[in-house]
Amino acid sequence: MDSQKLTLFNRIKDSDIYFSFIKSPTAIVSAIILIIIFFCSFFVEFVTPYNPFDPSSLSLMDAFTPPSWTEDGLAKFILGTDGQGRDMLSTILYGSRISLIVGFSAIIFSLILGVSLGLTAGYFGGKYEMIVMRLTDVQLTVPSILMALLVDGIARGIISREMHDEMAIYVLIFAIGISEWPQFARVSRAATLVEKNKDYVSASTIIGVSNILIMFKHILPNIMRPVLVIGTIGLALAILAESTLSFLGVGVPPTTPSLGTLIRLGNDFLFSGEWWITFFPAIFLVILAFSINLLGDWMRDTLNPKLN
Amino acid sequence: MKSKNLIKFLLATFFVFLSTQSFAKTIKWSMQGDSLTLDPHAQNEGPTTMVSRQVYEALVTRGLDMSIGPQLATDWKTTNPTTWVFNLRKDVKFSDGTSMTSEDVVFSILRAQQPTSDFKEYISTVTSVKALDEYTVEIQTRDPNPILLNQLSNIFVMSRKWCHENFAIVPQNWDAGQETFSATNSMGTGPFKITLREPNTKTVFKKNTKWWGNVEHNLTQIQLLPIKNAATRVAALLSGEIDIVTDAPVQDLARIKSSAEHKVESTPQMRTIFLGMDQAADKLRSGNTGDNPFKKKEVRQAFYQAIDIEAIKKKVMRGLSEPAGIITFPGVTGYTKELDKRLPYDVNAAKQLLADAGYPNGFDIELRCPNDRYVNDEAICTAVVGMLGKIGINVNLFAQTKSKHFKELKDDQGDFYMLGWGVPTLDSHYVFHYLYESGASWNKVNFSDPEVDAAIRVMEGEVDLDKRNAAIAKAWKIVRDNIAYLPLHHQVISWASKKKVNVPIRPNNEPLFRFSSIN
Repeated sequence: MDSQKLTLFNRIKDSDIYFSFIKSPTAIVSAIILIIIFFCSFFVEFVTPYNPFDPSSLSLMDAFTPPSWTEDGLAKFILGTDGQGRDMLSTILYGSRISLIVGFSAIIFSLILGVSLGLTAGYFGGKYEMIVMRLTDVQLTVPSILMALLVDGIARGIISREMHDEMAIYVLIFAIGISEWPQFARVSRAATLVEKNKDYVSASTIIGVSNILIMFKHILPNIMRPVLVIGTIGLALAILAESTLSFLGVGVPPTTPSLGTLIRLGNDFLFSGEWWITFFPAIFLVILAFSINLLGDWMRDTLNPKLN
Repeated sequence: MKSKNLIKFLLATFFVFLSTQSFAKTIKWSMQGDSLTLDPHAQNEGPTTMVSRQVYEALVTRGLDMSIGPQLATDWKTTNPTTWVFNLRKDVKFSDGTSMTSEDVVFSILRAQQPTSDFKEYISTVTSVKALDEYTVEIQTRDPNPILLNQLSNIFVMSRKWCHENFAIVPQNWDAGQETFSATNSMGTGPFKITLREPNTKTVFKKNTKWWGNVEHNLTQIQLLPIKNAATRVAALLSGEIDIVTDAPVQDLARIKSSAEHKVESTPQMRTIFLGMDQAADKLRSGNTGDNPFKKKEVRQAFYQAIDIEAIKKKVMRGLSEPAGIITFPGVTGYTKELDKRLPYDVNAAKQLLADAGYPNGFDIELRCPNDRYVNDEAICTAVVGMLGKIGINVNLFAQTKSKHFKELKDDQGDFYMLGWGVPTLDSHYVFHYLYESGASWNKVNFSDPEVDAAIRVMEGEVDLDKRNAAIAKAWKIVRDNIAYLPLHHQVISWASKKKVNVPIRPNNEPLFRFSSIN
């Protein structure tokens, strides 16, 4: 067992990816930032003493406390509080957890949808391929935010209002996921077209391996590199899309705010000098999206065979 | 020769340009919500009346100092205790040029009494109205009515001919979502006329050149541009895009005051904000207990005592509110300081009351709120959610735009809701008649008490002021002891405008642009 782990570790250590990673300071820095953010967001209950989603634990008298280093700040609220007396730091971390969950789920949803459509289209070809690719063209002509707004609007129409608040997060995941899949479909189709003419595919076909098996066991692992690169950059886009939708007021409800909702709520207080309510969620979102993008860039450079 | 003509032409254009620049005086006015309808009898709601007031006029009206004075009627007398005779002005013309006669007044009062009218409660004591001659109107009331003039000051006069021509004989049925010509067009005798109406976007008022009155304003145009988002509204004001905001967000007053080109004025508003709890339904629509906890007074009192109104005043309203014990404010007949005292804020007592009522673990409830009507309405509701959470009530907040909020309330969809109430007649009767009388149109808590109903009849027909005041005091005591509603605070309003814009602030939050000027 130990030796196995060791060899796995050695394999990683000897790989090109690891080499390129430790040679890239931006990748290291962004990875560290992301690990911290992910850890704090997913274990937020252990990181902060406050639960901003529990209205009964809040005190309105704490509202609008500025950050602790300013004149009126309190040590127990490091980044100050918002208009309801919620501690900004915990609210941001709870909020970023929602943003991350929505972002990840949406990108996984669109990855599965896009890759399975792209892969099958590239493999089978013919009319099926034509239909799928025209569908992606249609999808690409609709801006993703518009698409997400549309899905959310329809969902509001068909889901009853009581249900909607609970369903909001799934609607968001679907709305963002459905607008991102064409990227994955196009890339995986293109890669499949290259792969399917290679000898190992022909060999498998000759010995009678089923199409499904060839596609998902043989071709899929070979086209995952570009898909992962798109997925990483797409993650940042999905998080931003979620924030945009929430900022526009069609995302998650204000009682369980995501980063975008927080920025929207804080926006009302910009003129009154309570800058921290909108500034911290905004800067947090920038750092999060920027780190993911940097990591994505590094991945693209490393995994792109043409650049090597 | 030709060049001379050209110079003449250029000079002419230059002068035209110059004169239009100096004479075109436009006030751009903004608030968070728009008028709900232009039909002056369809919705008894603040901003709706604010807009109607610029276009339509009534027999009598309140001036800048809020005292009642003549408007379309020059004088009036009571020939016997239940008969009033009004002499009309003879020089009044509608903005289409036709003269206003007693026919129009009679038509308008009857129109405001139709079932679809939201103003019928104002004049429910009027039993008959008829034209004695072209410029004299006689109004009969059921009993001697001491507040008839106050009530008539909100009944706007429309043109009978215009209504007949445009299928607007009865008021728009706003509750049913009806669309009528009169809801999107207006034609009155007032100092302004509406030339463009895009609901929730833009309403343009132009000076009515046929107006009978003495022109004291120097405006050629008013534009109403509602901006829902508080920060956007303030940004528009500070950037000069908007001239006046009649509901400046309390959190931004300091910022606006610090601008050299802007000013802020505040005044206690004639409006009380409160929460309603349906006490008659057998089962709450949004509850989880299968019954209606609000039927028990203990539950209503627990809600009351769980609300820390001082915290709301300090943090949400930034000091600009006055905690309230009853739904009426200083200056209204029947108001006393004693009545306006609140029950103490006491979380433990509230918990105990809930336990006594049989809900030791609380219950679920939905709180309905407007988000573009009152000062910080949604923020108040959010604060209430947190405070009730402390006594175990799991409140689900549902905030929406006022037109939907009011419509759904009238449609009996609310268990627990926010509402604000102004008293245009400055008499307690108005509050009781709309909010407390059994089956009254805005009595959505379904409060019913025969003694209160009897007291309301006394208020309508008692000319002996002592007896009348005793009835009012008694009615207030009953509803206050019953906790029929949960009063929150009397609103304080703030108007922010450019320094060169002069619109006198009034405690009913209604701008009177006929007294406004722009330098």
